[in-house]
Amino acid sequence: MGKLEIDFDRCKECGYCIKFCPKGVLSKGTKVNKKSYYPPVVGEGCIACGTCARVCPDTAISVYKDE
Amino acid sequence: MKTIYKRPEVFTDAVTTYCGGCGHGIVGKLIAELIDEMGLQENGIMVWPIGCSCLSDRYYKMDMMMALHGRAPAVATGIKRADPSKFVMVYQGDGDLVSEGMAEIMHAAIRGENFSVIFINNAIYGMTGAQMAPTTLMGQKASTAPTGRMEDNSGYPVKMAEILAQLPGVVYSERVTVNTPSRINACKRALKKAFQLQLSGHPGMSFVEVLSPCPTGWSMSPIKSLEWIDEEMTQVFPLGVMKDVEKGGTEA
Amino acid sequence: MGEKVFMQGNQAMAESAIRAGCKLFFGYPITPSSEVPEYYARAMRERPEENITFIQAETEVAAFNMVAGAVATGHRAMTATSGPGFSLGQETMSYMAAADLPAVIVEIMRAGPADGEILAAQGDYFQAVKGGGHGDYNNLVLAPYSVQELCDLIQESFALAEKYHNPVILLSDATLAKMRESVELPGRTEVPVPAEQYNALRGCGKDKEPHKVVTCGDGPIQWGQFNERLQAKFKRIKEHEVRYETYQLEDADIILVAYGSMARVCQSAMNMAREEGLKVGMIRPISLWPFPEKAFEGIVGKKFLVCELSAGQMVEDVKLSVENKRDVSFFGKLGGTTPSPKVILEQIRKMGGAK
Repeated sequence: MGKLEIDFDRCKECGYCIKFCPKGVLSKGTKVNKKSYYPPVVGEGCIACGTCARVCPDTAISVYKDE
Repeated sequence: MKTIYKRPEVFTDAVTTYCGGCGHGIVGKLIAELIDEMGLQENGIMVWPIGCSCLSDRYYKMDMMMALHGRAPAVATGIKRADPSKFVMVYQGDGDLVSEGMAEIMHAAIRGENFSVIFINNAIYGMTGAQMAPTTLMGQKASTAPTGRMEDNSGYPVKMAEILAQLPGVVYSERVTVNTPSRINACKRALKKAFQLQLSGHPGMSFVEVLSPCPTGWSMSPIKSLEWIDEEMTQVFPLGVMKDVEKGGTEA
Repeated sequence: MGEKVFMQGNQAMAESAIRAGCKLFFGYPITPSSEVPEYYARAMRERPEENITFIQAETEVAAFNMVAGAVATGHRAMTATSGPGFSLGQETMSYMAAADLPAVIVEIMRAGPADGEILAAQGDYFQAVKGGGHGDYNNLVLAPYSVQELCDLIQESFALAEKYHNPVILLSDATLAKMRESVELPGRTEVPVPAEQYNALRGCGKDKEPHKVVTCGDGPIQWGQFNERLQAKFKRIKEHEVRYETYQLEDADIILVAYGSMARVCQSAMNMAREEGLKVGMIRPISLWPFPEKAFEGIVGKKFLVCELSAGQMVEDVKLSVENKRDVSFFGKLGGTTPSPKVILEQIRKMGGAK
């Protein structure tokens, strides 16, 4: 239903999106970005609530919803 | 596909220099969203402080003026008095507003200057390396208070939202925070209210104090810093509307 | 234009500033400058059609910063203060030069240091001319010596500030501020459109390039380049804005060097000396920065007597101008007393050996 795009090099691994996602869609990633942070990986079950984007201090997440 | 959220348009492509989890990032984003939603780019001028947010000129496609430490309310007074038709936003941290610029914010409020002030209170001086702020909590450690803030030396933390609410020149004063999604939404509502009061031509200053996480300054992880706001900060700095002239008088 | 009035220096200067389109005044009362904010305060209420704004700032620090914000929008604005207030404003002087802000700052000197005395002195020369704030910067400094010059130079100050995108300091003193003289008040000058001023803050909208006043660096290479650009600006001012007046230099044996109210005293002393047959001339710097070094060019075999109401500040620039290779003496007075021309005449006689 929902689709997330993570801006890989913008993320600073604060963990807010992982903490606040109501569906546990996001989890800690294993690939490192240019700033030495590990951006989250996106799993299944996104409902496009936008909470992750709401809490991200770096606007590193874009959220889309199937019509 | 429908877009639920994407980066505000007024943002440049720059990645901020804020630490991971920093409250400046969250509030800066809310401001950007409001600039887009309310069309403030057309007529708006931002006045920015010295502090972690001092590099904000990199982040917004807006006319802006960096002020000397503490002087943003005075600079904004000059701008707004010269051209009252402009929308003027003042953004300051705790060193800038409460310490260096205490006279400037108080007197701008006393005069009832018609601009919106966003005060980022993270109870520490971030940019210069975690020194004590006037809003540092009792017993909270800082590089200039290594054994914690103590009364005999540094007095007590300063509550600006309450102090300013007492001045007739202040028409709106609210304290919010950004440590949960719903509180971030409430912060945005407070900022929007402050901006609307200015845009409506209602004379007087609108003031929003934001308790903001500083993981690096507090020596804790970002997640822990969100918890610390509830455990410690809101005990000293209660959230709420301290004054809303549209509702008549003071509201706790 | 052309009205001749008998008017106090501070008030005539304020009126001339208003006529130059400076409708914004931010200041803190301090003797001997208070007549300027008072004049603006009255004008704000009595002449509503002029749209004058006067704000009594909480401190001089705030006043200088208000001027900075106002001129950043492309409007003309100024403040007026005295020594202690000017000292407070120094961080902002550094900032405004760096930020290319066309502020006009009137500094009306009184006797320092500290709270001192409220009478005329010239002990703030170093601070105004060498820059009392931090970092490498310069301000154009103009020194009137009469109420007429106060009026004419304040109007020019706004145009010069805008021409170079730099603060201009009008360096006055308590005597010039408070004295009353016959003056022809200048007319109204043409005022540029604020939004069209160099990099004025106006709200950029989606299609214009935003303008940002940024005064902190982005690494040493960028900051080095930023400084080089500022230095080029100061060099342009130095090349084009030297001003001075000379009096009877050709046959002079002794040349007085003085500015401001001390120049009035020296002018009288020079005339009295001439009546006694002593060959005395005078160089009166009007721009103190850039200092009129070329006024001293080619003058050899004469004695210079620099007269200041201080322990000796401008005399250093005179010595630099002559590369310390010529006869430069100094006469100074401290404490706020202005010597009478007879006192200067006595110095001249001692130097000339006559009588």
